Amino acid sequence: MTEQSIHLRIRRQDRSDSGPYWQDFAIPAHADHNIVSLLMALRENPVTVSGQRVDPVVWEHNCMEEVCGACAMLINGVPRPSCSALVAELDQPIRLEPLPKFPVVRDLLVDRRRIDQGLKQVKAWIKIDGVWDTHEGAPRIGPAEWAANYLYSRCMSCGCCMAACPQFGSHSAFLGPAPLAQARLMNAHPTGRYDKAERLHAIMGDGGLSDCGNAQNCVRVCPKEIPLTTAIGELGRQTTVQMLKDIFGPR
Amino acid sequence: MSTPNVIVIGGGLGGLWATLRIADAGFPVTLFSLFEVKRSHSVCAQGGINAVLDTKGQRDSIRQHIVDTIKGGEYLANQPPVKAMCEDAPGLIRTFERMGVTFSRTPEGLLDQRLFGGVKNKRTCFAGASTGQQLLYGVDQQVRRLESEGKVVKHEWWEFLSLLLDADGVCRGIVAMDLKSLEVRAFAADAVVVASGGMGQLYAPKSTTSTNSTGAAASRCYRQGAWMANAEFFQFHPTAMMGHDKNRLMSEAARGEGGRIWVPKTPGDRRPPKTIPEAERFYFLEEFFPAYGNTVARDEAARAIWTVTRQMGLGIGGDGGDRVYLDLTHLDAAFIGSRLGAILEIYRKFAGVDPMTEPMEIFPAAHYGMGGLWVDFERSADGGIQPDSPRNHATNVPGLYACGECDYAYHGANRLGANSLLSASYSGRVAGEAVVSYLKGLASDRGALAPGIPQTEVARQQTINAELMRAEGADTPYLIQKELGALMTAKVGVVRSNPELVSAFDELQVLRERLRSARLGESSTWANQSLAFSRQLSDMIELAGVVTRGALARDECRGAHYKPAFRIPIPEGTFGGDPEFEAYRDRWHANNAQWLKTTIAEYTEDGPRLSYQEVDLSVYPPTEPRDYR
Repeated sequence: MTEQSIHLRIRRQDRSDSGPYWQDFAIPAHADHNIVSLLMALRENPVTVSGQRVDPVVWEHNCMEEVCGACAMLINGVPRPSCSALVAELDQPIRLEPLPKFPVVRDLLVDRRRIDQGLKQVKAWIKIDGVWDTHEGAPRIGPAEWAANYLYSRCMSCGCCMAACPQFGSHSAFLGPAPLAQARLMNAHPTGRYDKAERLHAIMGDGGLSDCGNAQNCVRVCPKEIPLTTAIGELGRQTTVQMLKDIFGPR
Repeated sequence: MSTPNVIVIGGGLGGLWATLRIADAGFPVTLFSLFEVKRSHSVCAQGGINAVLDTKGQRDSIRQHIVDTIKGGEYLANQPPVKAMCEDAPGLIRTFERMGVTFSRTPEGLLDQRLFGGVKNKRTCFAGASTGQQLLYGVDQQVRRLESEGKVVKHEWWEFLSLLLDADGVCRGIVAMDLKSLEVRAFAADAVVVASGGMGQLYAPKSTTSTNSTGAAASRCYRQGAWMANAEFFQFHPTAMMGHDKNRLMSEAARGEGGRIWVPKTPGDRRPPKTIPEAERFYFLEEFFPAYGNTVARDEAARAIWTVTRQMGLGIGGDGGDRVYLDLTHLDAAFIGSRLGAILEIYRKFAGVDPMTEPMEIFPAAHYGMGGLWVDFERSADGGIQPDSPRNHATNVPGLYACGECDYAYHGANRLGANSLLSASYSGRVAGEAVVSYLKGLASDRGALAPGIPQTEVARQQTINAELMRAEGADTPYLIQKELGALMTAKVGVVRSNPELVSAFDELQVLRERLRSARLGESSTWANQSLAFSRQLSDMIELAGVVTRGALARDECRGAHYKPAFRIPIPEGTFGGDPEFEAYRDRWHANNAQWLKTTIAEYTEDGPRLSYQEVDLSVYPPTEPRDYR
């Protein structure tokens, strides 16, 4: 390992059902490398520090501007998008591992289908009559309300919050913070609130809101600084009201 | 015949709009994407989407939007689709709003609009600094709703490999590969919509596009007979921050707010920029364009940076001295922070340097391909396009439709800012409607696809995979891709010349040969990304040949295609009525008579065969040259 190289330790896994193992690499240093550009450099010449030529590392990446959510992984133990992880700001050896809690496909590539399933479960959409023009927009939304909603609409389903959440994983049915925050977003929309009760019922059972252990890890790791725990708190109040409505009927 | 079904390839704005429209009409849709659809490149568009709402007291008009779009594209776009798009834009915005898209608001809670490049009125709707992301999520949520109702089936992490064409050349489905198991399988469909996005990766890493914007899917359609049109027109954004992985966009607003572009006067000057005295700096935009200075138009700025770095050898930084400084450090930090906060944050985040204290380093980057798969339209009596015509957005391959950045339809020789989200959405919707009409018009006794066709095609694709896995040459696809990007950037980029284009085409043939024997470096039969990458690269090289040939043939300057040897400059200081200007206008007309036409490229074994088509100029005939003075 010379001064002019970057020391990388990667947790690898050949198949979904095979065991993990670690490999070490030394990559020529450039001042402005991020983890994606480093992995791109590595795949051109994937040779370990012991001189063994190995398969190029598999990982997912697309926009590289931290807006598509594809490239999240565990970097030095922290779940985060790898495109915005600058090598100069990381302690070496840099440890790369697949995003935890999601099934590994290969190496650093994981299957995040559960986020999508969660979004379906909470019905994270506005019911519209059809994708034609009704010659009318949606009702007005004031700037302050817009600003609060916009925070949540930037969620890119990277899965970092779920990876960091002690309640989420293969051991539990918990939806996780990202889909819950989308339920909050849809409930706030002037026509989305027509289906608020349905969304709340979807998060009032097993795997729903009450599974949140309030560890607050999600907000700490969210790369978009989305106030996930605020959303969960708001949903808590909404479900309480809903529960009373369910018991006593709407006034 | 059972209910006809449709395959959509690509889940960005275009593909999802098409999906929604087709599924809404009651036809099942199978959606193929290389990744989860919400990660599509549409999310990268930051600025906004144009639609004339005329809510800013400026008497904005749809007519003006049409004219701006046509002139911005230097008249090369067929005008009826442009007219129809601009007319439908407000309705699209209303629909997006109903989907819950978080558009930015006025104090009254209405949709806000802002000013964007190349136009005079506030016409651009936006959602913070992430408009594309918000629009895509709007349609993504609707598709998820239809998916939960069983109307749409998604095949994410599947790659389209080829079309299934019947004996009459009609598209009847696709062959695709599961990117995990590498299974190659045929999928029958009664119509196919390709919405696979742009091809900016031809210029990687000097491109602002996502790594999946390879153009491979469009190239595969081209190889099977679909025409490419105007592929030589590629927009370069002048100010992108360079990275090893990609170039990230630095908004034009940085220049608009007072940023100055410069290089050291001495070639190879390695001093830190802040220590270089004012007298030893070359503020070349201010010298080249005294009237506009640093706020000169995108294409002019890109060419000037090209001249200074590639021809005058004054570029800074390593990497062949490519970069120039975009300097904000002389400006008031509080002012700049309030005006440019979000975009400077991007620079800080990805470059790790504060642009308030250190000049940014930037270079022009391939941003948007105006050209793409040729698509048809049916002109309506009012000069727009006929609603629901099955001809709209149909490629020349029956049953195959194209929409979004992979088509060529709306931007002519250059695209206006904030028109790409519009064209992606609009074309997706129109393509969806056209497909519905096409399906309704299919003969009910149409025979099934002969089973031999999918079997043969699957076997052919499996053979390609097997050969790639076996190859043991010296190169790897990753190294060849770097060479492709460098070649395209150097010789088929911002400034072009015929000798360089000739040599670029020859070099592409060499790359193609080398790729044939390149070793993948892995033989895994599970999630083998090198295999998919190598296949894409082969299609990219084919497409690069189309871009290069088109550029070589087109001996003129139009929009983003710039060949100085054929430039017809506006005589300085003259205007309409002046004899010099009128003589210029005559030359401009004569050039239009020769070159105002659509390039059509058809695949042959020996490279692209070019022909030309008349442009429909029925809405706004060219009488006035583009003149941003």
